[in-house]
Amino acid sequence: MKKILIPFATVALLFSMLVFHALAANKPPEKGEVLPAINLSIPKNPDERSYLGLSGSGLFKIPQIKAKAVIVEIFSMYCPYCQKDAPGVNELHRLIENNPDIKNKVKLIGIGAGNSLYEVEVFKKTYNIPFPLFPDKDFTIHKACGEVRTPYFMVIKINENGTHQIVHTQLGNYPGAEPFLELVLKASGLK
Amino acid sequence: MEKKRLVRFILIIGFLSVFVPVSSAFAISDAYKGNIYQVGTLTPIDSKLKVKVGDQAPLFTLPSISGEKVSLNQFQGKKNVALSFVPAAWTPVCSDQWPGYNIAKDIFNQYDTILLGITVDNIPTLFAWTNQMGKLWFPVLSDFWPHGAVAKRYGVLRSDGVSERALFVIDKRGIIRYIDVHDINKRPPLEDLMGALEKLK
Repeated sequence: MKKILIPFATVALLFSMLVFHALAANKPPEKGEVLPAINLSIPKNPDERSYLGLSGSGLFKIPQIKAKAVIVEIFSMYCPYCQKDAPGVNELHRLIENNPDIKNKVKLIGIGAGNSLYEVEVFKKTYNIPFPLFPDKDFTIHKACGEVRTPYFMVIKINENGTHQIVHTQLGNYPGAEPFLELVLKASGLK
Repeated sequence: MEKKRLVRFILIIGFLSVFVPVSSAFAISDAYKGNIYQVGTLTPIDSKLKVKVGDQAPLFTLPSISGEKVSLNQFQGKKNVALSFVPAAWTPVCSDQWPGYNIAKDIFNQYDTILLGITVDNIPTLFAWTNQMGKLWFPVLSDFWPHGAVAKRYGVLRSDGVSERALFVIDKRGIIRYIDVHDINKRPPLEDLMGALEKLK
C-alpha cells in the first residue's frame, strides 16, 4: 500500500500546486496589476493602425499602443448590455477625439469575447463603432482575464519607460461618456 | 502487480478529475446577473435527425410570446425561414445566442428570411427570459405542449426533454436547405448560418 501512496501523494501535491497557480493567474485583472498575456492582431485597416500608432503586421500587446492611457472594453455582440451601452461608448470616443489635449493620449479598443471576426464586424456595423474591435473567437483572452462578465472595462496606464499598470476596472455600470472620461483621466493621472 | 498498478492509475485519474475546470465562458453578459443555471458540459448531440436537406419541412403551428400562433406554412412563397431551436431558457449558451441574432435583423432581411426562435419552455418562462435580451424582432415560439412535439418531428428532441441547439433553413417552397445540429455546449458561429442563407439567393 505504501508503494501506491507515496507516488500518488507526490503527483497529487505537484498537480494541485500547478492547478491553483493556474487558477490564481486566471482571476479578473485588478487595479495595480499588469495585464495578463493578451496578443492582438495589428489591424489591417490603415486608419485603425494609425489610430493605435502601430505599423506592419502580426501581433501586438496593448502597452505597445502609442498612448498614455488605453481603455479596453471586453464585450460580446451577443451581450444585451454591451449592445445598450454601445452608443454611449461611441460618445466617449467622440469626446476624446474632439479634445485636442487628450486626443493623442487616450485610446479606446474593444475585445469581442467568444466573437468571430464576422461577429465583431456585425457589432461594429450595427452600432457604427469608430474605434478598433478585435475578435477573441476561442475565448483565449477572455479566459486570461478571469472569464469576466461583459461589458468589462479596464483602463491601462502606459508609462514613459514602456511599463504599464491597470489603474481602473469596472464590470458594467457604464455611467455615460462624460463621467467615465473624467474617471479615466483621473485614474491615469492625466488630470 | 498489474492489479496494483491499475488501482494506482484509477486513484490518480480520480484525483485529477476533481480539478478539471468547467468553462463558464458563455452567458457572460452582465444582463443576466446570477440568473443563469449552469448545466455543465453535456453530451454534444443526443437525438437522431428525422429530416434531411432536400426534404419538405414538417409543418407546425405554435404559440408565440406575443400571444399569436405562428404557422410555418404562413411564410411559404413569401419568406425563407430560419428555425433556431435552443435547448432551454436561463441556460448558458442559449442566453448568448438570440441577442446576437437580434442585432442581425438587417442581414436576415437582406436574405429575405424570417427567424423563428423555438424552445420547449412554456410561454411565461420564455416571456421572462427573452425580456432580459431587449425587444426581440423575431417571433419566439413555445414547443411546450404536447411537450417538444415539433422538436421530435424534426428529430432534435434530446432524451432529457430539451431540444438540441439546432438550426434549419427552409426556403420559400418549404424545402429544408440547411441543417446544423450543433454541439449543445457551443454557440454556432453567425457566419455559418448567414453563409447558408446567402446560398438561397
